[in-house]
Amino acid sequence: MQAQLTESQVLKIMERYGNDPQQLIAVLLDVQAASGTNYVDEKWAALAARVLDVPLSQIYDILTFYAMFSTKPRGEYVIEICRSTPCHFTKADQVVAWFEQALGIKMGETTLDNKFTLSRTCCVGACDIGPVAKIGDEVYGDLTLEKVNVLVRSYREGLPSFREALACQN
Amino acid sequence: MSKLKTLVIEGAGQIAPAKVDDYLAIGGYNGLKKATGMKPEDIIGEVKKSGLLGRGGAAYPAGKKWDHLLHIPEFPKYIVCNADEGEPGTFKDRLLMAKLPLRVIEGMTIAGYVFGAKAGYIYVRGEYRKIQRVLQEAILHARGAGFLGKNILGRGFDFDIYIISGAGAYVCGENSALLNSTEGKVGRPRIKPPHLAEVGLFLKPTLVNNVESFASIPTIVENGGEKYFSYGSPDSGGVKLVCLSGHVKRRGVFEVPFGPTLRDIIFDPELGAGIPDGKRLKFFHLGGQSGPIGGPGQLDTPYDYKALTKAGLSVGSGAVVVMNEDVSILEYLKGVTEFFLHESCGKCVPCREGNKQIYKILCRLAVPGQSQPGDLGILRRLVDTMISASFCGLGQSAAVALNTAWRHFKEEFEANAVEGQAGAEAA
Repeated sequence: MQAQLTESQVLKIMERYGNDPQQLIAVLLDVQAASGTNYVDEKWAALAARVLDVPLSQIYDILTFYAMFSTKPRGEYVIEICRSTPCHFTKADQVVAWFEQALGIKMGETTLDNKFTLSRTCCVGACDIGPVAKIGDEVYGDLTLEKVNVLVRSYREGLPSFREALACQN
Repeated sequence: MSKLKTLVIEGAGQIAPAKVDDYLAIGGYNGLKKATGMKPEDIIGEVKKSGLLGRGGAAYPAGKKWDHLLHIPEFPKYIVCNADEGEPGTFKDRLLMAKLPLRVIEGMTIAGYVFGAKAGYIYVRGEYRKIQRVLQEAILHARGAGFLGKNILGRGFDFDIYIISGAGAYVCGENSALLNSTEGKVGRPRIKPPHLAEVGLFLKPTLVNNVESFASIPTIVENGGEKYFSYGSPDSGGVKLVCLSGHVKRRGVFEVPFGPTLRDIIFDPELGAGIPDGKRLKFFHLGGQSGPIGGPGQLDTPYDYKALTKAGLSVGSGAVVVMNEDVSILEYLKGVTEFFLHESCGKCVPCREGNKQIYKILCRLAVPGQSQPGDLGILRRLVDTMISASFCGLGQSAAVALNTAWRHFKEEFEANAVEGQAGAEAA
C-alpha cells in the first residue's frame, strides 16, 4: 500500500503540467495513479479547481464522464477484463471466472485487503491477443488459468519479475 | 502472389521505435525533406492523387480536407492526430505508434509545413499509456535531431508536437468531441457546421486526421500520389491496415493493397488463415462495432471502398472481427449494443434511449418465451430513428450492425418473437 497522497504531491503534479487547465485530464489521471487507491478524492478535485481556476462542477463532469476515473476508492490494482465482442467471444467470461476464483471476489468487488478491484472495460485495443486483462498500464493477453494465477500472485506478493514476460510488448 | 504489401508499416519491429537514426536508416524523413522543397498546393495535389481516404473509419477524402483547410485565411492553424483508437476490433494505430512513432510524427510535421501550423497534438487514448511514453520519447529525439522545434531542417519553419491523453471515452474518437477533450473538457461532440477546418481546436482552423492517415503521408509525398494509388484497386487507391480478430487462426494487423476479396482476407494462409478448430464461418463484422455485419454469401466481395459499399458493407477502421458458427447473432448484437449503451455520451435522446431499448428487446428475443408482441416492429423503428436522428456518428452508426445482421439472420431474430401488434403490455 502506498502512503497517502499529500497536498504538496498534488500541487507538484499540477506544476509538472504548467498549472495549465488544458491539461486537466492528464493531471487528474496522474493524481488517480498516485493515490494508491485508484480514485480522485473530492479534496484533490477541489484543490485542482482552485489552482487551475476551473469550476469544481467541470472537474466532477470529467471524473464521471471518462470511464478511467473513479470518485470512490478502489483496489491498489484494478484488474480490467475486456468485454468487447472480439474478447467476449474468445472466452472473456472464463477469464472473469478465473480471476474471481483466484481473488475470492465477484466482478465489481474489491478484495478485503484493498489490493485488487475486479472490473470490466471496453476494448483496450489488443483484440489480437484476446481475451485480455488490463492491470495498471499493462495489458496481458491470451490468458489461461495458469497465467491468471501467476499474475495474481505476482501482484499480490510484489514480484514484478514474475509477470514481465506476460505483458503485451506494445 | 502475396496478398500483402509492406508500405506504411515498412520497418515495424526492425528498428528501435523512438530513435531518429534508426528511422533515417529505413528512409525516414525523406518525405519531409522532399516536402520542404515543395509548394503546399503541390503537396496537397499529391495527397489528392493518392486517393487517400480517412483511415480512422469515416473515409473522408484526405486531399479534400487538406485543400479546404489550406484556403482558410485564419491563423494559427492546428494539426491534430486522432489516436483515440477505441473501435473494438481495431488495433492498427497501436502498432504504428508503438513501432513507428516517427512516421506518424513525420506525417504530422509535413502537415505542419503545409498549413504553416506551429503546434500539433496527438490525442492518444488513456488506455495506451505505455504508447504515450514511446511517442513522447520519439518527440524528444525528433526535437534533438532538428526534426521538430525551431527552424526544422534549416528551412525556417517551426513546428512542435504535444501528447494529450484521453481517459476512456469512445465518443472522443469523434473529431469534434476529441477537440473538446484536447482542450481539457468533457468529450461531448459539437454541433456541425461549422466545420473543424473553420472552427476547430481553441476555435481555430484545425486539421484532424487518423494515425494511419498521417503515417501514409510520408510515402505519398516521397514517391508521389500516383505511385501510392497504383498499389490498390482502380476504385480504392493504396493500402490499408486490416485488423483481424475473433475466430481466425492468425489474428493481427496485416497491410493489404485494396482489392483482394474478403475470402482472401479471412482464409488466405498469409492473412487470417481460416477458422480454427474445424469450425465454419458464421459472420464477420467490418470496421468496428459501428460497422456492418456480413455473411458467408458476401465473401467474394472485393475489399475496397466501392465494392464493399455496394454490398452494404464498409471498410471503416479496418477491423475484421470473424465469428464462427457457435456464436448466436443475438448474443453478439447484445454485446455490441451493451458497448454503445456504455459509450453513449447521453447528449441526444435517440442514442441514449435507443441503445437502452434495443438492448432490452435483444435480451428478450434471445430467450424463448420472453418476447412481447411488437418487439420486432419496435426494433426496426428504433434502428431507423437512431440512424436518422442521432446527433453524432456514434448514435447514427450504433445500430448499423443490427440493421445489417437482420438481412442475414432473420430467422434467428424471429425464432423467439411472438406475433402481434405492440400493445399496452409491451411498454
